[in-house]
Amino acid sequence: MNIVWSFILIPFIAICIIPFLKIKGKAIVVYTAVSAVAILTSYVAFNALSGQNFELILQGSYITGPIRLQIDALSGWFLLMINFAFLTGGFYGLFYMNAYKNQLKNLSLHGILFVLLYTALVSICAIQNSMAFLVAWEIMALSAFLSILFEHEKTATIKAGINYLIQSHVSILFLMIGFIWVASKTGSYDFASIHAYSLANTEGISLMLYLFFFIGFAIKAGFVPFHTWLPYAHPAAPAHISGIMSGVLIKIGILGILRMLLLINLDYTIIGSIILATSLFSGVYGVMLAILQHNLKKLLAYHSIENIGIIGIGIGLGCIGLGTNNVILSSLGFAGALLHTLNHSLYKSLLFFTAGNIYQATHTLDIEKLGGLVKKMPQTTILFLIASLAICGLPPFNGFISEFILYTSLFSSIHNALITYLIEFIFTITGLVLIGGLAMMCFTKAFGVVFLGNERHIFNHEVKEVSGFQLLPLYFIATLIVIIGLFPKLFLNLLIQPVQLFTNLHQLPFVGFGGNFIETLLSVSNASWIAILLVLGILGIRKLVMRKQSVTVLPTWNCGYIAPNAKIQYTASSFISTYSQLLTSFFLITKKGKPVTGIFPAAAHLETHPYDKLEKWLIDYPITNFKSFLGRFLFIQNGKLQFYILYGIVFIVSIISIPIIYNYIIVFIEFIKKL
Amino acid sequence: MLSLLLIILAATFFTGIIIRTKSIASGRKGPGVFQPIKDVVRLFKKGSVFSETTSFVFQIAPTIYFASVFVAMLVIPFGQSKGLISFNGDFIFFAYILGIGKFFSIISAMDTGSSFEGMGASREALYSMFAEPAFFILMGSLALLTGYTSFQEIFSALHLGSSISYALAVMAAFVFLMIAMIENSRMPLDDPKTHLELTMVHEVMILDNSGFDLGLILTAGYLKFAIYGAIIFNLFSGTIAYEYAIPLFFVMQLFLAFVVGMIESFMARFRMNHNAQFIVVLSSVSLLIFFGALLVSGKFI
Repeated sequence: MNIVWSFILIPFIAICIIPFLKIKGKAIVVYTAVSAVAILTSYVAFNALSGQNFELILQGSYITGPIRLQIDALSGWFLLMINFAFLTGGFYGLFYMNAYKNQLKNLSLHGILFVLLYTALVSICAIQNSMAFLVAWEIMALSAFLSILFEHEKTATIKAGINYLIQSHVSILFLMIGFIWVASKTGSYDFASIHAYSLANTEGISLMLYLFFFIGFAIKAGFVPFHTWLPYAHPAAPAHISGIMSGVLIKIGILGILRMLLLINLDYTIIGSIILATSLFSGVYGVMLAILQHNLKKLLAYHSIENIGIIGIGIGLGCIGLGTNNVILSSLGFAGALLHTLNHSLYKSLLFFTAGNIYQATHTLDIEKLGGLVKKMPQTTILFLIASLAICGLPPFNGFISEFILYTSLFSSIHNALITYLIEFIFTITGLVLIGGLAMMCFTKAFGVVFLGNERHIFNHEVKEVSGFQLLPLYFIATLIVIIGLFPKLFLNLLIQPVQLFTNLHQLPFVGFGGNFIETLLSVSNASWIAILLVLGILGIRKLVMRKQSVTVLPTWNCGYIAPNAKIQYTASSFISTYSQLLTSFFLITKKGKPVTGIFPAAAHLETHPYDKLEKWLIDYPITNFKSFLGRFLFIQNGKLQFYILYGIVFIVSIISIPIIYNYIIVFIEFIKKL
Repeated sequence: MLSLLLIILAATFFTGIIIRTKSIASGRKGPGVFQPIKDVVRLFKKGSVFSETTSFVFQIAPTIYFASVFVAMLVIPFGQSKGLISFNGDFIFFAYILGIGKFFSIISAMDTGSSFEGMGASREALYSMFAEPAFFILMGSLALLTGYTSFQEIFSALHLGSSISYALAVMAAFVFLMIAMIENSRMPLDDPKTHLELTMVHEVMILDNSGFDLGLILTAGYLKFAIYGAIIFNLFSGTIAYEYAIPLFFVMQLFLAFVVGMIESFMARFRMNHNAQFIVVLSSVSLLIFFGALLVSGKFI
């Protein structure tokens, strides 16, 4: 009970005093509050991961009924991730927001929202009562919405914020339908009643119920085709908020999907296949569009969709493993998904923070205007490089470990699988490989164009590295990325309990990752060590050899052309032009401008804007149609007072006349019932 | 261990044989078989020129590229004897460790700020992305056939019993050979001896490398050929005793080098925009192999 009280009191006090403090005070209070809660919840989470669940029943109210709080291993894993993201993100934010130090009121609001967002996320992990869950969910959605709006003087930011607000409420709508459905049948808002309801009903009904929850949570997680809010919201928010949003906020959707899997009893092979197909599509589609983006943060946002896809692939495989009683597929699938959730939250927040550094130094995120930053911002460059290698899933970084786990689950089940699953598996393998290859293309583009080569644009201000304190949390994240890559066993041990929750659903005999698999992982880390030592060894030899040799520094060889300038460098668009031509039917690229024509061409310019084809079909097209349909009724709202009075009279008359036509209404309803 | 020695030995003459085949086919005498190795040794002794645009990436990239190929080589088995590194799913590691080398070679090309090198980098990124699925589908079919997930176990369990499996092995060898050509940027996709930078892929990426670094990159290229040669040999080796297997290995490598030389002599390079289509065809061939494997393992019924 004390834990809950202090959990409520600390943020409450912090929120109350933030507005009355000076700027430094605000920062200190926000960060202390977050740290205090983080220490508190991390303790609970670690206990949960070692098998001691935290459980508590709050009295609740007349409407909600008793509110059950529970932190099991699954919540514990997500809690730790949230804590880490908020501690590093908060620390980064303290220095990032320094640039806005004269907007005092705005900063107070931002600090309050930061604390609120954090508490809401933590509560969502613990609450097991649908009414209270929805309240916490709404607090999270609203505080995230207002945090996005920090730079509210920009139109694009407002648009992105509203887009997010609407879509997150569509998500809440689906969740509400699911929760009310269960509550109306069972009369209880407790999560346990969802389980009871699904046990009492057929698998078809459970599947329907699950799909409602899945869509609700998938909108938050950003699965294609529910992803369209994500590429707008992430770039609009301040860097630390985008890092946190991409790192943990969308992962709350994943937690929801996993939680409902634990609660709803259904045919796991069917839902596994559905999740697998959606995720594969999300993964490939996300990265395909990511390559086209010119805005660095938007590019990263599309990569979040891709990585959510990879996580979903793990969940899908885990479900299929459950359904077919394949313990290896199931345990490795869920383990891969959970580990990838952590991995993605690490490298994606690192990427967003480095993007924030770039934005602060150059005031732009347009890739085509950047270039040669390695000389100005060497530390940011190295951090971005580490994160890009990790997101491409290359050894010896953490992304490789989770993808390796997924591959292993696939390849080791392929021999004994039935034909339907085999075909799913081979497509999953192809998809995963394609995702990896495309991600590599995307990040060689992003890293190469942003950091390497010559400057493409002359800035009026000095471009310099951000302060050491601001870089500190980034180094911390980078270290963790490397540690997971080199010592994966530590983290897999933490995952035993969460994975067991899932394997217990079908009483699969899983007590820990088999010695065989642990051995494999050890060999992977050994191999990575060999690679690292080899690189260091060769670098040493190279240094020794080159000490005696002449080293000359000259301009880049331009194949005989002697007057090169920064403009003839390969740009991001030219880097991907073959790719975008090749897959042109998947994309929607609008071109504006005058092309180069004739032998002596005049001045020409060309702008290209990539747009999401799915967004056009699924969001824009229905909205335009709906608008034009509603437009037909515009004559009713004609602005003339006499008409409005007339409407009022018509309304009153029709209400009064209801008793007169009561019998007809009854007949009509009977008629409908007969149909 | 055995495979390591054999691959290094094969790498010493593989590229030389290709060049020799090409020169004889075009009516010239050509350089000695070990000329590529002599070139590399000479490069190791030479001084270097660095572009003033480049950064630390350009300095470490060739080393990482070489190391990635070298570590990938440690995974390859030789018949019954394991590679130095062998574990379940080692072929995944093989592909991904080559990936990190590729990543660095691409960004080191971008590091020079040259438009030509950017062009090569873009093509390399595109082609390697399209080539990867073929490798993984192929390994997936082999895993399906044998039930194992490491190079050594797959190859030693791969018994070529029926005529279908022979057809599969031949198709697999073709796919591996083509992957080797893509990985090494050789003929139907890229002409290493072309005279125009605009039409190059790999060669243009290393325009600014010189001295020790260029030596490393070239050596890595020789090793890559021998690695894929060894994989193709493993497809057929089965459980042959060493005294036959080792000579057979060298015969096979010689034969492959000869085939590559002949392809390069009598085939024109594809137009750049046909390359991607060709590579996708490769993935389709490996899907065919997958369905063949399904037939052999009787899963269709």
